[in-house]
Amino acid sequence: MGSSSTVQASLSGVTRVYPAGGAGKPVHALGPIDLELRAGEFFSVVGPSGCGKSTLLDVMAGLAPPSSGTIAFEGKPVRGQVPDGIGVVFQEDASFPWLTAYDNAAFAARQAGLPENEVRARVEHTLSFMGLMPFAGAYPAQLSGGMRQRVCIARTLVTRPRLLLLDEPFGALDQQTRLLMGDELLALWRETGATVLLITHSLDEAALLSDRIGVMSARPGTFIDLVETGWPRERDSRIVSRPEFGELTGRIWAGLRDQSMRALAAAR
Amino acid sequence: MRAAADVDVPVPASPPAVRRAGRLGDSALVLLGLLALWQFGSWVVGAAVLPAPAATLAKLWAIMSSSDFGGHAWETGRAFLSALAIAFAAGLAIGLLLGAHRLSAEVAEPILVALYAIPKITLYPIILLLFGLGISAKIAFGVIHGIVPVAVFTMAAVRNIRPVYLRAARAMRLTPVQTAGRIMLPAALPGIVSGLRIGFSLTLLGTLIGEMFASQRGIGYLLVKAMETNDVATVVALATLLIVVATIVSGALLALNRRLDRSPKPGR
Repeated sequence: MGSSSTVQASLSGVTRVYPAGGAGKPVHALGPIDLELRAGEFFSVVGPSGCGKSTLLDVMAGLAPPSSGTIAFEGKPVRGQVPDGIGVVFQEDASFPWLTAYDNAAFAARQAGLPENEVRARVEHTLSFMGLMPFAGAYPAQLSGGMRQRVCIARTLVTRPRLLLLDEPFGALDQQTRLLMGDELLALWRETGATVLLITHSLDEAALLSDRIGVMSARPGTFIDLVETGWPRERDSRIVSRPEFGELTGRIWAGLRDQSMRALAAAR
Repeated sequence: MRAAADVDVPVPASPPAVRRAGRLGDSALVLLGLLALWQFGSWVVGAAVLPAPAATLAKLWAIMSSSDFGGHAWETGRAFLSALAIAFAAGLAIGLLLGAHRLSAEVAEPILVALYAIPKITLYPIILLLFGLGISAKIAFGVIHGIVPVAVFTMAAVRNIRPVYLRAARAMRLTPVQTAGRIMLPAALPGIVSGLRIGFSLTLLGTLIGEMFASQRGIGYLLVKAMETNDVATVVALATLLIVVATIVSGALLALNRRLDRSPKPGR
């Protein structure tokens, strides 16, 4: 994309410290983080467990305030609430069990006050694109975990976010499903032109999907490496067989191995 | 384990009409079995102790056709419906308030559970002193039976709303009022209806017990009078009437509960 050099969102000097509870010490969970997301890029964040990846997403989305530093989205500071134009998909299944897949997908768009015919057009387009149209009338309880998560992705996409924040949305799924969901995500990314920030613990997923990968240290999480993958925009999971894929995962792991061992030691 | 189900295929559900017919058939079988058991029991212990189903039905018809039955039924119905309205309204209000405030809920829960465990009949003399011998005492006694389960279930239903729903609500920029109406209410409704179902049964129990002591009117009074004169046929006929009414309403509430509760069940 021609606009790949425009900065869409930026974090500068962002930290998050959880205040001390009772007699405990305050927990320095994140940062300082400096990051500039380019409009339209696919950026993944990998890091050892507990390094503050999800905290980073919460802070970027405006769901949690930073303890210091500033966040800007499209030039405006993010503070206190989720800005218009940002869509979030969570790791946990957040589909509403009392609504059908269709009404779940339409929820955010209706909430945004779009006219019902526009909502219908967008929902039908998104569900069709994702192959979910046959299940439009089904309730989440009738769907598998993977499909429920796709309904959540559809719900977010229907609002046409310009920045899509994904917090390990495939974390609970098996490897084969993840690869296919990754392909679908790439297709959606190309179709919508949105910027994607994907939090993941899977090196493969990051190496496969991203234009750039931010590798985080153990807590308090900071970026220790930024990797450009150089993949073409047209790509899918078949690139796992390319030799560059192995080199990429090797490079990420080289940085991450030490950090993961530290995180593991700290957890013991 | 979940891989196959996760890829795409939803579990095919049998058509609702077939399932409903199956459930009705099962209920009819259970009913027939109970009637057979009743008849058999009557043969074993003798009709003087346990009148047979047919004789009971005839007796019930005779009681209901008698001129003063309408007045007694109206008295019980009036007391019960008043008690139910108060128990539901107050129980819901208490439950919603406690559910919204974590500290209050933690303080109140053991107190409510303790109240629930008290044999409330021991409080009846106090209730009679407070409310006198009329309908108010019956209503009050019905209320103290029904209010606690409604409050406890409502509180639990509100507190057990999955946090990710509330995070999703914030990510979709819902106002607090919208979050209450569009997320919290539908999420908590199945649990609340469970509480109403149990509250219904206990309020009926309380009202009838109230009528059995220190009362000159109502079905509970008729029951006690029949017991005093060893009129077994009347006792069994009235008990049957109460059981049928309670079962029908409780069944209707259970059906409503099932309709509302579409949450994915564990193991899916």
